[in-house]
Amino acid sequence: MNTKMKLFSYNTVDTPIHQLSGLTKLICFLFLSFAVMYSYDIRVILLIMAFSVYILRVSRVQYSQIRTMVLYVMVFVLTNLVITFLFSPEMGVELYGTRHVITKLVGSISLTWEQVLYQVTKFFKYISVIPLGMIFLLTTNPSEFASSLNGIRVNYKAAFAVSLTLRYFPDIQREYHDISQAQQARGLDLSHKAKFMDRFKNALLIIIPLIFSSLDRIELISNAMDLRGFGKSKTRTWYTCKALNRADYVALILSALIFAGSLAVSAFINHSRFYNPFL
Amino acid sequence: MEKQAIIEFKNFSFQYYSQSAPTLHDINLTIYKGEKVLIVGPSGSGKSTLGHCINGLIPFAYKGEISGSLAIKGQDTREKSIFELSKIVGTVLQDSDGQFVGLTAGEDIAFALENDNVPHDAMQSRVKQVAEMVEMDQLLNSSPFELSGGQKQRTSLAGVMIDNVEILLFDEPLANLDPATGKTAIEIIDDIHKDSDKTVVIIEHRLEDVLHREVSRVIVLNDGRIVADMDAHELVCSNILTETGIREPLYITALKYAGVEVTCDMHPGYIETLEIGSAKGTVKSWFKAIPPETPHSENPCVLQMEAVSFSYDGARPILQDIHFDLHEGEMISLVGKNGAGKSTLSKLLCGFEKVDKGVIRYRGEDIKDKTIKERAEIIGLVMQNPNQMISKALIYDEVALGLRLRGVSEEEIKPRVEKVLKICGLAPFIDWPIAALSYGQKKRVTIASILVLDPKILILDEPTAGQDYRHYTDIMEFLVELNRLGVTIILITHDMHLMLEYTPRAIVLSGGRMIADTAASFILTNQEVIEKANLKETSLYHLAELAGIPDGTHFVQGFIDYERRLKNR
Repeated sequence: MNTKMKLFSYNTVDTPIHQLSGLTKLICFLFLSFAVMYSYDIRVILLIMAFSVYILRVSRVQYSQIRTMVLYVMVFVLTNLVITFLFSPEMGVELYGTRHVITKLVGSISLTWEQVLYQVTKFFKYISVIPLGMIFLLTTNPSEFASSLNGIRVNYKAAFAVSLTLRYFPDIQREYHDISQAQQARGLDLSHKAKFMDRFKNALLIIIPLIFSSLDRIELISNAMDLRGFGKSKTRTWYTCKALNRADYVALILSALIFAGSLAVSAFINHSRFYNPFL
Repeated sequence: MEKQAIIEFKNFSFQYYSQSAPTLHDINLTIYKGEKVLIVGPSGSGKSTLGHCINGLIPFAYKGEISGSLAIKGQDTREKSIFELSKIVGTVLQDSDGQFVGLTAGEDIAFALENDNVPHDAMQSRVKQVAEMVEMDQLLNSSPFELSGGQKQRTSLAGVMIDNVEILLFDEPLANLDPATGKTAIEIIDDIHKDSDKTVVIIEHRLEDVLHREVSRVIVLNDGRIVADMDAHELVCSNILTETGIREPLYITALKYAGVEVTCDMHPGYIETLEIGSAKGTVKSWFKAIPPETPHSENPCVLQMEAVSFSYDGARPILQDIHFDLHEGEMISLVGKNGAGKSTLSKLLCGFEKVDKGVIRYRGEDIKDKTIKERAEIIGLVMQNPNQMISKALIYDEVALGLRLRGVSEEEIKPRVEKVLKICGLAPFIDWPIAALSYGQKKRVTIASILVLDPKILILDEPTAGQDYRHYTDIMEFLVELNRLGVTIILITHDMHLMLEYTPRAIVLSGGRMIADTAASFILTNQEVIEKANLKETSLYHLAELAGIPDGTHFVQGFIDYERRLKNR
């Protein structure tokens, strides 16, 4: 099987992080992400980021596994940075209530320390979610996703949909690939030479057969699931579901403390979500 | 002990709401506890519908009007839910890949238990126990991509047996399996039947393959009615199979060609029980009288593969040192088990992948620099499932697509499309929407849409997969006609009948290497090749043994030659 066809390359290294239950990792991921998302204190954010990079090292995730993802996020974040500045260059001033100009730019627009702090903080907020997400995705056995989601009270039908997606995504991907090749043989041009409208029309030539063959597949899957009693009771159990042990509780408590810490810094030290060194 | 009825159809009729006429008419059928019943019938005979009625998909998932009654274990199915029924009837569907809902074999087997809220530890041990019964216990952590077709089917079987069901229903269990795996599947089903008191219902149209092991009864369905309910011996002696368009076992055909009258006291239902005693002489003299085929002069070479090797990742070779010549006007089979490299070979020919080593020549010229689009004008590929290719609503547009994408003018397109549609027998449908066509007609549309580019070589991936005998014959006879018009044809197939009947020559791949390039009669009688390529010995070979003909290969070839002359090919 071609490795490119895997959605996430779950690696089976045995580390303390891999041994945690999927549910634990999901809850920790949510705690830490909320901690980062809530706080606009760059000190808190950098601390959590340092912590998650450390965990990433512990779980022995290779850079090659996450390179594409990192690149995508970088492009997104940098674009976001530029656009934020273009549309609201005075955002920092509004938030922090002071104005320290570094240099004047075009017309009435100038670069302020407040804006720099605001945008740098925001930049790190986004960046720090990457290692967290990566740890969850790459160290959790895909089979455990659904049971983890169900564990945090997501409806099991919705949770199972995640599992089904992981199951059939490679199939559909391969089918897309096959159809695309067959249509290229008929003369379909998917290269950048074709005009935009033509490319759009050409993409339809692949998508339509894909939809029709997927519809057959869906009928089959839903029959197979009905015949084995899917959906008959309000709850279900999971074959791949690790019981929580001490390490899990330690991880849960630790991430809850970090979350609480982040809230506490906002509430008692900064008296707002923002850290304001300008006052 | 009195027989206990477990499935009882009484004056049962069913009509889908979406259809204008009933699919099942007045079915009266009783299946007793512990029986092993085979239900055969051509496509559209209603045999799948009958299966859906037994497992509860009708009326749960497919709505329609029911008259008469169907009782499972004495209770009317209309009063039960599909979930209650699933505790009694376990269904193994035909597509072992599509019905695999878990990410690993273990999860898939556990699926029914998960839905029953069985606690985790109990579930783990039960899954292990059932997996051992079908020899899947070492593979519980494997993903469906790592499992073979046979292993996936065993997983599905374990997945329904885990509920301790009383009735096992197999819906076309052989459809997606190679011959050897299919044979094993029939053996597994039989072993389970013998070792337990389960009732087994098998729905199939490949009669001979199921009759590899004994069944209690065979029910024949045609046009929604039961036309026969008898044991296998009686059935093959009657005319019912020919009348309903189900392929009779090949050795029966051979006996009939030889002029032997097949009667019940020969026990002809299974090749293992067949006794031809006094007819031996008749078979022998028939065989001796078949004149050998005169070898005809070879046409020039259209395609040559010279020492072709290929690997996706540079480390694990998929194809190694493939070499063969294809002559103009030939029709050959490319066989081998899944993963042997058959589809990779066709991808190399079409230019979807580039060869690592070696050369592919078309009429002596290396084609490595030709693009996918240019290759398509030499070598066309027809995919297995027509739905994977059809992207337009109207037949005309679908067939014209390849030309339009090449910028050919509409004035030129029209006569070319019309000509191709005529060849493919689709001229009357030129303005029809594709959705209104049958599967076989859709297949023709996809072939037409490739033919319109005028390729000299056509590769077809499993052209007859899932087709009953009549549709199989339709498609194959059409390909023979195309072949006569000068198109060279490569068929990728698992179907041994197809090899025997239609392709004098076959190329066998195993583990990425070519292990045979010779006559189909030799391949299907050679133990080593059969084993490596997951094929199955043809029953004709056993017939030769029974008749005391030492050279089985020769006998098979004789049969092929005789049949070809008979059908004037």
